[in-house]
Amino acid sequence: MCKNKLTEKMFHELDVYIDSIEDKNGALISVLHKAQDIFGYLPSEVQLYISRKLDIPAAKVNGVVTFYSYFTEEPRGEHVINVCFGTACFVRGAEGILRELEDKLKIKAGQTTPDGKYSIDALRCVGACGLAPVVIVDGKVFGRVKKEEVSSLLKDI
Amino acid sequence: MSRYRMHLLVCGGTGCKASQSDKIIENLNELVIKNGLDKEVQVVATGCFGFCEKGPIVKVLPDNVFYIEVKPEDAEELVNEHVIKGRVVERLLYIEPTLKEKIEQHKEMPFYKKQIRIALRNCGFINPEDINEYISVDGYQALGKVLTEMTPQQVIELMKKSGLRGRGGGGFPTGLKWEFARKYESDIKYIICNADEGDPGAFMDRSVLEGDPHSVLEAMAIAGYAIGASKGYVYIRAEYPLAIERLELAIKQARETGLLGNNIFGTEFSFDVDVKYGAGAFVCGEETSLINSIEGNRGEPNNKPPFPAEKGLWAKPTSVNNVETFANIPPIILKGAEWFSSIGTENSKGTKVFALAGKINNVGLVEVPMGTTLREIIFDIGGGIKDGKEFKAVQTGGPSGGCIPKQYLDTPIDYDNLSKIGSMMGSGGMIVLDESDCMVNVAKFYLEFTVDESCGKCTPCRVGNKRLYEILTKIVEGKGTEQDLKDLRELGEIIKDTALCGLGQTSPNPILSTLNYFWDEYEAHVKDKKCPSGVCTALLKYIIIPEKCVGCTLCARVCPVNCISGQVKKVHEIDQNICIKCGACQKACKFNAIERK
Repeated sequence: MCKNKLTEKMFHELDVYIDSIEDKNGALISVLHKAQDIFGYLPSEVQLYISRKLDIPAAKVNGVVTFYSYFTEEPRGEHVINVCFGTACFVRGAEGILRELEDKLKIKAGQTTPDGKYSIDALRCVGACGLAPVVIVDGKVFGRVKKEEVSSLLKDI
Repeated sequence: MSRYRMHLLVCGGTGCKASQSDKIIENLNELVIKNGLDKEVQVVATGCFGFCEKGPIVKVLPDNVFYIEVKPEDAEELVNEHVIKGRVVERLLYIEPTLKEKIEQHKEMPFYKKQIRIALRNCGFINPEDINEYISVDGYQALGKVLTEMTPQQVIELMKKSGLRGRGGGGFPTGLKWEFARKYESDIKYIICNADEGDPGAFMDRSVLEGDPHSVLEAMAIAGYAIGASKGYVYIRAEYPLAIERLELAIKQARETGLLGNNIFGTEFSFDVDVKYGAGAFVCGEETSLINSIEGNRGEPNNKPPFPAEKGLWAKPTSVNNVETFANIPPIILKGAEWFSSIGTENSKGTKVFALAGKINNVGLVEVPMGTTLREIIFDIGGGIKDGKEFKAVQTGGPSGGCIPKQYLDTPIDYDNLSKIGSMMGSGGMIVLDESDCMVNVAKFYLEFTVDESCGKCTPCRVGNKRLYEILTKIVEGKGTEQDLKDLRELGEIIKDTALCGLGQTSPNPILSTLNYFWDEYEAHVKDKKCPSGVCTALLKYIIIPEKCVGCTLCARVCPVNCISGQVKKVHEIDQNICIKCGACQKACKFNAIERK
C-alpha cells in the first residue's frame, strides 16, 4: 500500500506545519491531527518524530494518541467504512449492518482486510439521526441503509 | 446588495447534504440562470430546518411554501412551475398523516406549530456562509449594544435576571458562572465554547454551528466582555467536518469585518476566537477534561474545586459554556430579560432544543418552551411512533440520562422535573423507544458506551461500570440471577456517589431508571429466561409449528449447524441444544411454519 508508506515528503509537510505554529504550547493534539491527515495513521516512528520536534516526552505523546479514539496506530485500509453507532442508529438496526459487513469482509470492527483494501469501524454519532441507520464510506454518508443493501454498497466502492 | 423577488432556501445541513442537497442547489442555480432569472431569484444554502426525516427540504420565500423529500431532478419542475408560473408543486408538499391533507405553509405544519425558535432562529433561514445575511437579521447588534451602552456588571445582571441555564447538561445559571469568572483578578481570562457534542443521538450543537455560526461567535465576544476575557476557543468534535468548515469561515469573515480582533466597534474591547479540535473522547464534554484536552493532554477530569472560573485554561479564570447556551444570548440582550423569562417554567426559563430520534415519525430538531410535555413533543410535533407501534419509553439525556415510561408522558419538561423522574436534561437528546425495544438491552447499550468512554482515572467509573456491564451481559444471555438485580442497583448507587466527574456520577442512570420503571422486564429475563420484546437472541427459541409444516425439508437444508431433523413430508423438529438461533430456517420457510419466541 503506497498510501501507508512514510515518505520524506510527508515528514517535510509535517515540519512545515509544525514550524508554522506560533504558540507550540498545547499544540500536540493539532499536530497529531495533521500528522494523521498526512500519514493516514500514527505509527511509532511518527510519534517519536513529533515528540522530538515538540520537545515532549514520547510517553506523553503515546499517552495522548492512545487516549483519543480518533487517532489510530494501525494503518487504515484504502477504503474506510464507518457504521454509526449512535443511539438513533442503534435502535434502527446499526448492529445488524455491522455484523453483515464483518461477515462479508471477514474482519472485525477496528480491523483492516489483509489486502489492505477495506477497514471497518463503529463510529460515535455523526448527528445525521434523520437518516438512521447511517454508514459512512470514505467520508460519504449513506442513509437508511438496510442489512440487505450491504453487498451492493460494497460492490459500489 | 441586489433585491430579489423570490428566495429558494435549500437545506445544507449534514443530513440533507447526505441526500444530495448540493446537487439540488447546483441544478436550481443552473435553471435560474438559464431562464434569465438570476437577478430576481436567489438560491440560498441554509442551515438545518430541523425536519430531517423528510429531507432534503426546499422552502420558497416569500410564498412560505415548504417542499419535502426533494430530489435533484425535481429542480426543473420547481423552477418551471413554481418560480416561473407561480403554481405550487403539489406532489412535493408535506402530507399530514392523520388527516391525509397536503400542507403548503410551513407554519401550518404540526411539526412547527408548537415550536418557538430562539436558539435555532436563523437555522434554515439565512446563508451561514455569509456574514451579511447574519447582520441583516440584527446580527452583531447585541454585541454593539453591550460594548457601547452597558457595563460588564450590567451584562451579568441581565443574564442572571433572564434565568438562562446551561444547555449542555448541568443546567448551571449562565449569569452566575460569568459572575464567578469576573470576580477573579487575572492578566488574561478565557471563554470556551463547548462544542464537543458527544451524546449519541443529539445534534443540536452541530446544527447551530452549521446553520448560524455567527450567533455563537457574537455571544462568545459578549461573554468575553462580561468576564474580562480577550481570547476564546471553540472546542469542536473532529467528526463534524461541515460545522468546522462553516465556523472557520465565520471567524475569518468576522475578523475581516472587524467584529473580532482589536478594538471592536471602536471601543477598548478586543476579542479573538480560535478553533480547537476534539479527537473522539466523550469525557471531554466535561469542562475540566475539555480544558486538559485544549492544553494538549489526555482529556481526564480534575477534582473541583478549583472550578474553571478560578483556575481554568492554563490555570487562568475561564468560563466554559455550551453552543446552544451561546445561541440564546444575543436575543436576550436585544429583547431583554423579561421577555426571555416570560417563556418557560418557574426555574427553567426560555426554550430547549431537543433532537428527536429513534422510533418516531418525524425525526428532527425541535425547539419548544420549557414546560412542554413529552406527549406534545412526541405525538404532536414528532407525529407519534413509527409503523403504528406502541410507545414504550423515551430516553433523555444520553448515557447520563434515563428511560422515562408512559406514565410520565404528561410531565412538563424542565431541568427539575426530569431529574425528579430519574433522568436529566443533558444536552437534549430524545430517543423514542417502542414495544419492540428491550429495555435491558438498551441499558446495556449505554453501559457499553460508558465503559468504552470512561477515561480510567477514577476506580468507581473504570471498574464499577465494567462490572455493571458484565452483569447486564449475563442477564441478556439468560444467565442472570435475582442477586444480579440487587447487585446492579447497589453498585449503581455506589458509582453515583463516588465517581470523580459528571460522566461517572451519571453513568448508572440508564440502569437505575430501567430497574425502576421496567422491573418486570428484568424479572422476565432473570426468572423466566424470556425476553418479552424478542430482542435478546440467547433467550429466543425457533419452533416449528406442526400444523403448518409440510415436510418440504428446506429448513433442514439451509440450517448451518444441521440441527433440524425430519423425514420428507413429515413434521420437522429443531434440536434446541444445537440451534445457534441464526434464523436461516425461518427466512427460508415458505409456509410460515417457524415461529420465534
